[in-house]
Amino acid sequence: MNIAELRADFPALQQEVHDRPLIYLDNAATTHKPKVVLDALDKFYREDNSNVHRGVHTLSQRATDSYEGARAKIAQFLGAEANEIVFVRGATEGINLVANAFLRPQLHKGDEVLITAMEHHANIVPWQLACEATGAKLRVAPMSQAGELLLDELETLLTPRTKLLALTHVSNALGTVNPIAQITEMAHARGIPVLVDGAQAVQHLSVNVCELGVDFYALSGHKLYGPTGIGVLWGRSAHLEGMAPWQGGGDMIRSVTFEKTEFAPPPLRFEAGTPNIAGAIGLGAAVEYLAGIGLDAIVAHERELLTAATDAVAAIEGVRLIGTADAKASVLSFVIEGVHPHDIGTVLDRYGVAVRTGHHCAQPVMAFYGVPATVRASFGLYNYRAEIVPLCKALREAQELFA
Amino acid sequence: MSLSELYQQLILDHNRSPRNRGALEAPTHSAVGHNPLCGDQLQLQLQLMDGRVAEVAFEGSGCAISTASASLMTDAVKGLDKDELDELFAKFHALATGDESPDDLGKLGAFGGIRDYPTRVKCATLAWHTLRAALHGEQGATSE
Repeated sequence: MNIAELRADFPALQQEVHDRPLIYLDNAATTHKPKVVLDALDKFYREDNSNVHRGVHTLSQRATDSYEGARAKIAQFLGAEANEIVFVRGATEGINLVANAFLRPQLHKGDEVLITAMEHHANIVPWQLACEATGAKLRVAPMSQAGELLLDELETLLTPRTKLLALTHVSNALGTVNPIAQITEMAHARGIPVLVDGAQAVQHLSVNVCELGVDFYALSGHKLYGPTGIGVLWGRSAHLEGMAPWQGGGDMIRSVTFEKTEFAPPPLRFEAGTPNIAGAIGLGAAVEYLAGIGLDAIVAHERELLTAATDAVAAIEGVRLIGTADAKASVLSFVIEGVHPHDIGTVLDRYGVAVRTGHHCAQPVMAFYGVPATVRASFGLYNYRAEIVPLCKALREAQELFA
Repeated sequence: MSLSELYQQLILDHNRSPRNRGALEAPTHSAVGHNPLCGDQLQLQLQLMDGRVAEVAFEGSGCAISTASASLMTDAVKGLDKDELDELFAKFHALATGDESPDDLGKLGAFGGIRDYPTRVKCATLAWHTLRAALHGEQGATSE
């Protein structure tokens, strides 16, 4: 994997910020887009722009072919079937879809939904809403100080009342990689379906939904080097077939009269209205790009980066790492004694270093560690070791400024 | 725009040693302010006597800008009545958001550099929004 060559694929990386080369370490928030993705968007709007699934004219056929072609590419990327790939706006909408169309109809007072202590708000709030509406209870599986799920305790929370287990594959705030296959086996042994939030995983791990054995898997395109506003909910055919639509409109019907509507089969049943056609095509180009590089090479490169960055940052006096699980991906979260993360973020920006500072939409995680916020450096395939030096230099500058 | 124009010595000093930090025994007005952007919280308490601020104190964890802003604000508001407080709020807001540069703000003028850091304006104004909420009987404020 030649990083210098790969970087040339990303136009947005070729810029200076405050007269310094941009060092982009905010990949957990969103990744930059390779030219092949930008070109796919541009080509669609310039040459093929049309609505899908309706017109008999040539452009409409091209648009439909590209849109459904993207679905097939993403299915292959995830080791799934194309008819199990539902296009949504992002992981958040995918989780809301399952909460509304799968869980709600079977959730009753006294039932439970199990999540974990390390979830992003997107994998908390939709379940909270479903529980509030039905009188069900939201339970939370605990984690250790290192940020690893306590599997024995999680297992005891899988009870006959549990209607769904929803958990993240990779924690956006801590970087922890959860043992999804093992946990899914525990849940399935009790007949409990499992939804996985894969927003932080698919770009850093080789994910095969069948091997994981889960029931639903949600992801966001923009964190996967694709466009914003497009994401995927993968669901087992058996589940999707049995689910009623959650939004009504065009494109999701078989026939409509004023008396009755027959719905299209999945995945179209869950794609009411004109979809984000260009976004889907762009995401198709992104996964093709990643498959071309090879996920295994990306995983190895990012692991080396994370190890080097962890060692370098941990060596700075006053640094406390937040999230020290054995299995981690991409995310280095930390606080520095006496300096608020927000101030560190401003100082780093002046050095051209982009990191995320804040609660990372994971306030319960911040509360668990007793910090209001953390600094989060997160790595992508185009980062390289030399970028760790200016990161650490800027951190020391921040420390000096506020000493 | 250099970092030292944002983080002026006065701001760094008030961040290191905030004034009026703590809780009042008999507050007449109070409010809690939130900055949803960074999760920071600020509790502000005031004791008004004869319509003027007699005592004021704040608690909470925040960044250097919000801590220094709360510290300098609590110093500046002592002895003022509600009308004067509203007037000072308007002047500070104008300074922070860059609409104008009031020249009679004294030490509060140290926040003149914040307008070049749009993402940090809310840090500087959190204490002031909380003050307004406390005076006007609202339970809480956000800097949004």
